[in-house]
Amino acid sequence: MAIVTKAPPEATAVRLWRALALLTGLLLVVAVVAVWAGSRTLDFASLRTDPMARTLFFRLRLPRVIMAALIGSSLAVAGAALQALFRNPLAEPATLGVSGGGAVGASLAIAFGWGSRVSGIPVVFIAGFGGAMVAVLLVHRIARSGTLLLPGALLLAGVVVNLIASAAVLAIQYMTDPSRALEILRWIIGSVEVIGFDTIWRMLLFLAPCWIALLALSRELHLLAMGEETAGALGVNVERCETAIHLICSVLVGVTVAVGGAIGFVGLIVPHAVRLMFGEDLRIVLPGSLLLGAGFLIAADLVARIAFDPIELPVGAVTALVGGPVFLWLLHRRQRYSAL
Amino acid sequence: MFEARNAEFAYATAAPVIRGVTLAAGRGQLSALIGPNGCGKSTLIRLFAGLLTPARGEIRFDGARLDTIPRREAAKRIAYVPQATALAFPFTVLEVVLTGRSPYTARFRFEDAHDRERAMEALETVDAGHLAARRVTELSGGERQMVAVARALAQEPQCLLLDEPSAALDLKHRAALMRTLAALRDAQGLTALVVTHDLHLIDPLFDHVFALRGGLLAAEGRPEEVLTDAVLADVYEDPHVRTRRVEGRTLIWSN
Repeated sequence: MAIVTKAPPEATAVRLWRALALLTGLLLVVAVVAVWAGSRTLDFASLRTDPMARTLFFRLRLPRVIMAALIGSSLAVAGAALQALFRNPLAEPATLGVSGGGAVGASLAIAFGWGSRVSGIPVVFIAGFGGAMVAVLLVHRIARSGTLLLPGALLLAGVVVNLIASAAVLAIQYMTDPSRALEILRWIIGSVEVIGFDTIWRMLLFLAPCWIALLALSRELHLLAMGEETAGALGVNVERCETAIHLICSVLVGVTVAVGGAIGFVGLIVPHAVRLMFGEDLRIVLPGSLLLGAGFLIAADLVARIAFDPIELPVGAVTALVGGPVFLWLLHRRQRYSAL
Repeated sequence: MFEARNAEFAYATAAPVIRGVTLAAGRGQLSALIGPNGCGKSTLIRLFAGLLTPARGEIRFDGARLDTIPRREAAKRIAYVPQATALAFPFTVLEVVLTGRSPYTARFRFEDAHDRERAMEALETVDAGHLAARRVTELSGGERQMVAVARALAQEPQCLLLDEPSAALDLKHRAALMRTLAALRDAQGLTALVVTHDLHLIDPLFDHVFALRGGLLAAEGRPEEVLTDAVLADVYEDPHVRTRRVEGRTLIWSN
């Protein structure tokens, strides 16, 4: 007798662990290559003996790779969360104007010379967070109609917030004194260049709790992605979740923008790549985006460093050159994403 | 089982949509909620689902005030299917139905084999088992609606609230869905409240009809009491409504 067995779909836990294993492996490989490669390749064996190599490794390469990882992870996981919260596959910090808002806050802080710290916290972080928060609340408010989020209104609101933000940054640049204007310009171009670990520790203090909080909310985000009313009926406190996610994403985006400048589309490409590889479940997409986001920005920075050596490209240009076409491709495939 | 006591509700600054409704439905009762467009049916059912909180009065479930029952606890007992909406992401049908198990799943845990079994059973109940591996974005409106009902059934609720579940369904599936609800009532004592414009499907499957007009309860009673020329003409403010009982069911049309 022939027994017809349908292979049962794999349990979500199995898919999650496979995703984590694969993406961690990928991240490690990319990180090692990025630490090694550059205008002067690093000889790992000479690290013990050669102080020059040690300086290159500990003061420049390693901090830079870790910085790229922090920023990439944060932007990617914020993008994945915003897509679920807004139920819009084209949402991400840059398209929603959240990065723009953060940029206004950060450039204000630079223009006023608020380089100082309030009890150890750089003011520019707080200003970036404030700007990002205003932007996310604004676009959410505009796109909301009852329990519906109008996808067109959301993206249009994001575009306009971005335009206003870049005009504001430009105005701030013109009005401030030349040395600070230059500082703003260099920061806007976007870079993950860093010397030593000082800034990294400070960022981690903000970012790590946010990552953990978002991962803890992945169940709620998975349900919210199905629809606000469905999530509410399944026991999610929708309002409280929205507020929490607004806050968390604003910290993630505000802090990374304050340090790295304009690095767009990471939050768009990375979650979609994770979805294509491991499916739509947000409980996989969020941790997956965290890992792949780190790997992606490390790789983008590597390309920026070595593609036209000795000229270094801004890393934001690399991500936008990859991300822009991906955005258009997603828009083109809108039939698969019926909410558009 | 569920009950509204003088419930009132208004959205933001707008005029009140529900203006003092008092009604109660017993355990194992299959009730229809009818009325003209904009009369407050969807708002009332959202109040029962706990998605909205009444401005005045109260909503009770099993004797307790609904807003005192923890949300996840309530989600094990009350399931709600909103009006048909499209999903933004290409989840598989099984993924969607499995979310119905989330009230039973602890944080950082995934649904287990038992949950998958329940989800597949729920899909089979609405005759949609063959869709399990499909992506929801590829389904027709009617199929999506069946999946939404299956998701609600996977919650194993005592009370099922459905907002126009048959709107996107064809003739056969409309009747099939209502028969399924009646069968679940008979087999498991399921209580259900269904917002519907399919008045002809109410008699004889449903036990009770609530008719709303302008945010007030205009009529209630057994189907044969409410589905009459006089009552429906009053509820829908349409003097042309006609009804006729044929072979144990009520036919309804408007001239």
